[in-house]
Amino acid sequence: MSDASLSSDWLTCREFVEIVTDYLEGSLPASERERFEAHLAVCPGCQIYLEQIRETVRLSGRLTEDSISPEAQSELLRAFRDWKQAG
Amino acid sequence: MSTVSSEAAAFGPFANDLNLVASLRDGDEAAFLSLVSSYHLQLVRFAQLYVRTREQAEDVVQETWLAVLTGLGRFEGRSSLKTWIFSILVNKARTRARQEGRTVSYSALGVAGELNTELAPEPAVDPGRFLAPGHQWAGGWASPPASWGSIPEERLLSQETLGCVQQAIDQLPPLQREVIALRDVEGWPPAEICQVLAISEPNQRVLLHRARSRVRRALEQYFAGEE
Repeated sequence: MSDASLSSDWLTCREFVEIVTDYLEGSLPASERERFEAHLAVCPGCQIYLEQIRETVRLSGRLTEDSISPEAQSELLRAFRDWKQAG
Repeated sequence: MSTVSSEAAAFGPFANDLNLVASLRDGDEAAFLSLVSSYHLQLVRFAQLYVRTREQAEDVVQETWLAVLTGLGRFEGRSSLKTWIFSILVNKARTRARQEGRTVSYSALGVAGELNTELAPEPAVDPGRFLAPGHQWAGGWASPPASWGSIPEERLLSQETLGCVQQAIDQLPPLQREVIALRDVEGWPPAEICQVLAISEPNQRVLLHRARSRVRRALEQYFAGEE
């Protein structure tokens, strides 16, 4: 690590993992984002950590493969017709 | 806008939704089926976070659709139809979860109390994995994470891995579970999530952060155990 790691401006890894979500959600102020990216550029552990969080998000997005059952659809259509008649 | 129309209600960001509502009130079945095909599965997936079985989830969603139909007259286009429908589901599902839920239920202090509990500070990573204060590199990794880069794609996307993700989400405290399900599973924009759950954007991000950190930890343990 360079001398930059000694300056008070330097983000520690422990701090890094707490602002990963703000970084990915685009809500870090510009100055914080610079500190985040400066740290990321030189820290293999945090590069892996960020990669793992991205992978976690991607895998969560794969939990949606599913399809509507014909029974559910016809039951709803029946409910709609009942509602129409009642109204 | 420079002119005031007598049909002002048909303008604005949710004009399409107001038109759709008008069709539904006219009894347009195609409009209803298109609404169902847009949201039914998302609603069922979301309801499953609260109850024990798929059948119970379908039940809550059925109840939600009926409430949507009977409440159509009250929809004024102040939010999108989508967030309005999901707000109805959240209310029904939370009530159902209190009665017969399968997992951690809400704080006895209600949603506000639950929010306080879940916003309490909690480290994303076990503090023991960082170098202790006093060390030259205090706060740096003592035990850095191992890359998942060499895990083959088919193993990452296997039913077993996805099952681990689902199980980790199921075990989250309720608000974190709701937020990660809408943000990462369904891919909603944060503003819509805040509307449906009635929370602020900063709080939504803290809940998301806690949830993602916990699911990552579960995956890390799972992959470490497989080797």
